[in-house]
Amino acid sequence: MTTSVDDRLSTRLAGGAPELRGFREVQRLAYACAEAVAAQLRPGVSEREAARMQREWLRERGVRDWFHLPFAWFSDRTAFTDFRLPFQFFPTNRKLEPGMPFILDMAPVLNGYTADIGYSGCLGPSPLHEKLLAGLEENRELIVREVRERRPPREIYENVERLMARQGYTNRHRAYPFGVIAHKVDRVKQRRWAPTVFGFGTQSLKGLASDALHGHREGWSPLWSPHRFSGHPPQPGLWAVEPHLGFRGVGAKFEEILVVTDSKDPEQSAFWLDDDLPHVRRWAEEKGACAHATAGRTASSARRPA
Amino acid sequence: MEANTVAASTGAQGAVATGALAGATEHLVSTGGVQLCVAELGDRERPTVVLVHGFPDSKEVWSEVAKRLADRFHVVLYDLRGCGRSSAPKRLRGGYTLEKLTDDFLAVADAVSPDAPVHLVGHDWGSVQGWEFATVGRTEGRIASFTTMSGPCLDHLGIWLHKRAVRPTPRRVGQLLGQGVKSWYVYAFHTPVLPEALWRGPLANAWPALLSRVERTPARGEPGGDYPTSSLPTDGARGVWMYRDNVRARLRRPRTDAYAHVPVQLIHPTGDIFVSEQVFDELDHWAPQLTRRSLVAKHWAPRTRPDQISTWIAEFVTNVEDGTPGRKPRAESQYAARFGGQLVLVTGAASGIGRATAYAFAEAGARVVAVDRDAEGSARTAEMSRLIGAPEAWSEQVDVSDGLAMEKLANKVAETHGVVDVLVNNAGVGVSGAFMDTSPEHWQQVLDVNLWGVIHGCRTFGKQMADRGQGGHIVNTASAAAFQPTRMLPAYATSKAAVLMLSECLRAELAGQGIGVSTICPGIVNTNITTTTRFVGVDRAEEQRRRTRSTRLYGKRNYPPEKVADAILRAVARNKAVVPVTPKACGAHLLSRFAPKALRALARLEPKG
Repeated sequence: MTTSVDDRLSTRLAGGAPELRGFREVQRLAYACAEAVAAQLRPGVSEREAARMQREWLRERGVRDWFHLPFAWFSDRTAFTDFRLPFQFFPTNRKLEPGMPFILDMAPVLNGYTADIGYSGCLGPSPLHEKLLAGLEENRELIVREVRERRPPREIYENVERLMARQGYTNRHRAYPFGVIAHKVDRVKQRRWAPTVFGFGTQSLKGLASDALHGHREGWSPLWSPHRFSGHPPQPGLWAVEPHLGFRGVGAKFEEILVVTDSKDPEQSAFWLDDDLPHVRRWAEEKGACAHATAGRTASSARRPA
Repeated sequence: MEANTVAASTGAQGAVATGALAGATEHLVSTGGVQLCVAELGDRERPTVVLVHGFPDSKEVWSEVAKRLADRFHVVLYDLRGCGRSSAPKRLRGGYTLEKLTDDFLAVADAVSPDAPVHLVGHDWGSVQGWEFATVGRTEGRIASFTTMSGPCLDHLGIWLHKRAVRPTPRRVGQLLGQGVKSWYVYAFHTPVLPEALWRGPLANAWPALLSRVERTPARGEPGGDYPTSSLPTDGARGVWMYRDNVRARLRRPRTDAYAHVPVQLIHPTGDIFVSEQVFDELDHWAPQLTRRSLVAKHWAPRTRPDQISTWIAEFVTNVEDGTPGRKPRAESQYAARFGGQLVLVTGAASGIGRATAYAFAEAGARVVAVDRDAEGSARTAEMSRLIGAPEAWSEQVDVSDGLAMEKLANKVAETHGVVDVLVNNAGVGVSGAFMDTSPEHWQQVLDVNLWGVIHGCRTFGKQMADRGQGGHIVNTASAAAFQPTRMLPAYATSKAAVLMLSECLRAELAGQGIGVSTICPGIVNTNITTTTRFVGVDRAEEQRRRTRSTRLYGKRNYPPEKVADAILRAVARNKAVVPVTPKACGAHLLSRFAPKALRALARLEPKG
């Protein structure tokens, strides 16, 4: 299974192909971190503490550089309620309470491979939050389908927004800088000293700036936004896609890497880097449970004497 | 026949009452030298609800509420000493202290429900003494819950007044003066002899007509018009002793430990001319388990709003009986007290402003009916509404321009869920393009939905509201285009201007029946109306291009429909007539009044194609 992914990657990403295996490993590590930290969250933990827990967990496992330092958002901050300035994204002293939704978002760099993930959860059961998470599945399918159809990112962005509106939610990735739903990630050079500026790793920023420059010349953009500069066909590379939906003070998102290639085969032209992620597993389990319940029902009804 | 059935079902010995409480069993309970007339309705096995009347009333003030509760509860009403058919103490002075009234209550409670604690409901002086019952030690274990209306605790009031008097700030002085003015009659009742003379003479004669005119209680001959009863002169003349025996004593030396030992539900009629809402500001301190409700009504709400009051009492009593705490809305909506449990119907609820409005009402705890042509969308709205706090929510697929379908819907809703308390006529479609390019079909379509939809809604649901006679509110969504002419939207703006005028006329017509009508005029709001708007006078490709362009423009403006929904709830809560939403709409509204020429000049501008 693993080899096949790498095989596919080497055939598809001609020239300068980043090794998908490395990206997948760091993405898995990041999700493991999110799950570990989420399990430790208790009432009274602040956003800053949650962010520090993620940072320390990843540091212990060899992460030295970041695309961006970990974020944590609690309560209505998960839906970016009243966010006007970029500084509002940084963790605050907001304390977690029972029933509160939370989002952990981190982008570690390990051995030069970047991951950027988002993990949504809720402290205690919440039917509303589960509903929101379920709503994300349709968005995940829509994104990869439309990339395979080679639609311009700007159009896909609008279609995602329309889908969210139909589901009854609002698009909250609009609140991110430049309103992006995704951005490009790449390998970064490993340096002994890896400083961050406003939470973003300088190496990664440099990579993004260089992409922006190249893209500007060639007519594409490393930012996947609703603006005119995203009106180009999908650009091959690795894209950290982060659809984020909000509903009256509750937000939910996932973030993972979408691999886009220039292959003629639609199946191979775009695919998620890894399908073994917490949110994907949860959807599969729910479907399994549903199917199981239906099967059980039909079986029991079949057993019933006519 | 029916009277006998009810009497038999109570299982109590006594005579069958006639008049306002026809069908109840009446008997006398002796206590402390007086005989109290007690009426019972409903099954004795069910939880007991004791309704205590105020001044100048007898137990019949509760008759309409009692009838509505009798099928679910054992309802008990009694005439306070000296009122109605109860006898008066020999010596009136000193015979009406709260301690003695507490004795009366305990005697009644022991007689009607010796084993189980009772649910207490008080109005006016019934509520004032109810506070005494709910806060003194000797009633502990005899009361299960307390619903208070229009009657504060004298001890709480004494402390409230004292606080404001010793540390006056401008706001506190205002509150003090406000309640001081509202209490004018309390001072008057301390005059010797004169109040009694008035109550036994001219005041009692004038009272029923006065009540009907000022408080809008049903007049004689109307349903529910069998009140006040003939005992009014003595009710008034003897009842003044409740003021004389208690007010000065309690306000001067209030008890500082008057904490309620039971869950309390406060129902505050917003139009009460005797009690201001600020009196209850610090009530959470005195009643730790407090549920707040506010009701658009005047002081005699048990006569004018029996449906809503009995619903709230039933819900509260059931919650306490079941041991489930009151349903807490997910988000603390500031309108929860006002809309909790009310029935709200929203048209065009599958998207945009309609959907956001349904959600806002759901968050406030209202029961929501989401109506739209789009069945899937409205079902989704109802589903999400249930998740965020609506106790119940339903969806209906109806085209508002279809008069027959709307009539059917109105009948169905009335039968299954009851009469709608708040109606939001929001469904609308857009048509853009020059007048000369707009075909009769386009006109037909836009007027059918935007104008006829509102007409059908107001005719069917509005009529039910008016017939019920217990108030309500209608919200019509117009648009800033209703007062801002533009060459780009002749058909749309015409339909919306018609909605505005229709609402204004209807508001005038329904004002007398306690039904408010508000018009909401949003400007550019980020909804999907642009994706369905018809652009006339251009070919398909150009139409699609304009749609995309306007959708992007509306998206860039990004004024959220949630803010319009907030404006709608605010408009209903404050009964506002015309509410422009978005700064542009507010500006246009001002210009339309003070500089219409400027607006006309703007109307001539043609947007870049």
